[in-house]
Amino acid sequence: MARLLLHGVGSLLPRLSASHHLYTVTLLPHTLHRHFTYAATLLAERKYTEKHEWVAVEDNIGTIGITNYAQESLGDIVYAQLPEVDAEYEQMEECGALESVKAASELYSPVSGKVTAVNTAVEDQPSLINQSCYDEGWLFKLELTVPAEIDELMDEDAYKKFLKESEQ
Amino acid sequence: MLRNILSKKILRDTSQVRCLVTSPVTCTLHTVLHDFHVAKEGKMVEFAGYSMPVQYGKVGIATSHREVRTHCGLFDVSHMLQSKIHGKDRIKFIEKLIVGDIESLEANTGTLSLFTNEQGGIIDDLICSKTDQGYLYVVSNAGCKEKDLAHMKDHLSSFRAAGGDAELEVIDDHGLVAVQGPRAAQILQPISEGGLDDLYFMNTREMHVAGIPCRVTRCGYTGEDGVEISVPNNKAVELCETLVDLGVHLAGLGARDSLRLEAGLCLYGNDIDDTTTPIEGGLAWTIGKRRRETKDFLGAEIILRQLKEKPKRRRIGLTCSGPPPRSHCAVLDADGNKIGDVTSGCPAPSLELNIAMAYVPAAYSKSGTQVGVEVRKKTILATVTKMPFVKCNYYTKK
Repeated sequence: MARLLLHGVGSLLPRLSASHHLYTVTLLPHTLHRHFTYAATLLAERKYTEKHEWVAVEDNIGTIGITNYAQESLGDIVYAQLPEVDAEYEQMEECGALESVKAASELYSPVSGKVTAVNTAVEDQPSLINQSCYDEGWLFKLELTVPAEIDELMDEDAYKKFLKESEQ
Repeated sequence: MLRNILSKKILRDTSQVRCLVTSPVTCTLHTVLHDFHVAKEGKMVEFAGYSMPVQYGKVGIATSHREVRTHCGLFDVSHMLQSKIHGKDRIKFIEKLIVGDIESLEANTGTLSLFTNEQGGIIDDLICSKTDQGYLYVVSNAGCKEKDLAHMKDHLSSFRAAGGDAELEVIDDHGLVAVQGPRAAQILQPISEGGLDDLYFMNTREMHVAGIPCRVTRCGYTGEDGVEISVPNNKAVELCETLVDLGVHLAGLGARDSLRLEAGLCLYGNDIDDTTTPIEGGLAWTIGKRRRETKDFLGAEIILRQLKEKPKRRRIGLTCSGPPPRSHCAVLDADGNKIGDVTSGCPAPSLELNIAMAYVPAAYSKSGTQVGVEVRKKTILATVTKMPFVKCNYYTKK
């Protein structure tokens, strides 16, 4: 799914620069959300926490969401309580919650920072998180205050291994 | 995220149970349908010491819930305690322990009842059916298995010492499955010996189902029409496979919880427990008329006094939108003072709003009263709402 989206966007925009920054600038405003799609789908960029959240950092702004494992475990998400813009969080501080029929699950900020944006689309339509947890279902963005924290998080392989180990 | 992602924790919270085991991984108990669940991609979690499916495959709880409301679902409830009480004084014996009027029940009819303690608290809820086979058929909660058995055995020995004739038999050679939903009867009809037309809500009968000798009781925990089928262990999988072939959807603990909450039915350990009385719990109707006169069940004096003087607090239903209140959320008055606690809550898949049960002072128990509920430090406005939240659909005699 993620890769398909990436290719889909790519085909619309030939000769994409490898730099996401340049790429964004060239987009028309109404297609801006595709930028997030693009950035978030690059597996190499995503870092993971043991709380089953991911963060993808670009220009010191981290985009945060939950992993596929998390959305599957939660089931149909019916309510998203996201942090407020300008709120500041320490790493792993509780900053919101997602609710399914089964349970409430707290969100923890994967890195320290100040919230710059929240995805109002998932507030209006929480099922987006189930449908597209790495793309349209992103949750919020924050400006990192301790950028080094990102290095401590798991990469894709480490997270996969972590999942495997915790399933046992 | 996801402190609670694995319903294990949640379910353990709601399951009221001192777990039978210390390690959920190595010593979880299995029902006779365990391998069936795993083969059907059941997501297994620990509940009341048992490994039970919370849902199946990729079918979400809300979807599963709606399948039961609109069609028919199959639940494994084999973890519950099934028992028989024999002996010519069996009614006298059970009536000492529960509040129901079993004496006045017609043959092959059952009732929801409550084991009470000397303080008027509820030890467990149960279904007690008076069969015409010379025994009472009792089904009580998995999470209370140990204490129910200890309680019954304890009273049985003194009852017998005083010359009473009663005997307790635990049924461990039968599983129990619930088939629930508006299509349940229609689906079961062709495979049920003698049909289900004269098996009304809370009637019980031994009959062959799909050629298997079973006990079928028209009851359930969803608010829908349906039955619970007590089936020999060695035929349980066969029965379930037959039902699945007939189009019955598999449903797990997740849907069971949201369904029962919409139906306003209590979960023992959450909504009622040793410290709540039947009156506070809104279950006064379970106390038989005759039993109010005879006053001979445990805690009768306290319970009947409370019935007369009205309880200080009551179990109520709440509805609200926004973040759903869950158990242990505080209920607040207009000034923000805590006046009670939520005991169960979830987004209601049939209603598209949040529903909850809570205990509040009697003054706040009237339908339409507005209260606050604290959800993650924010106050949500909620309305006291009559239960059941959805209309129940039982098969009663017209």
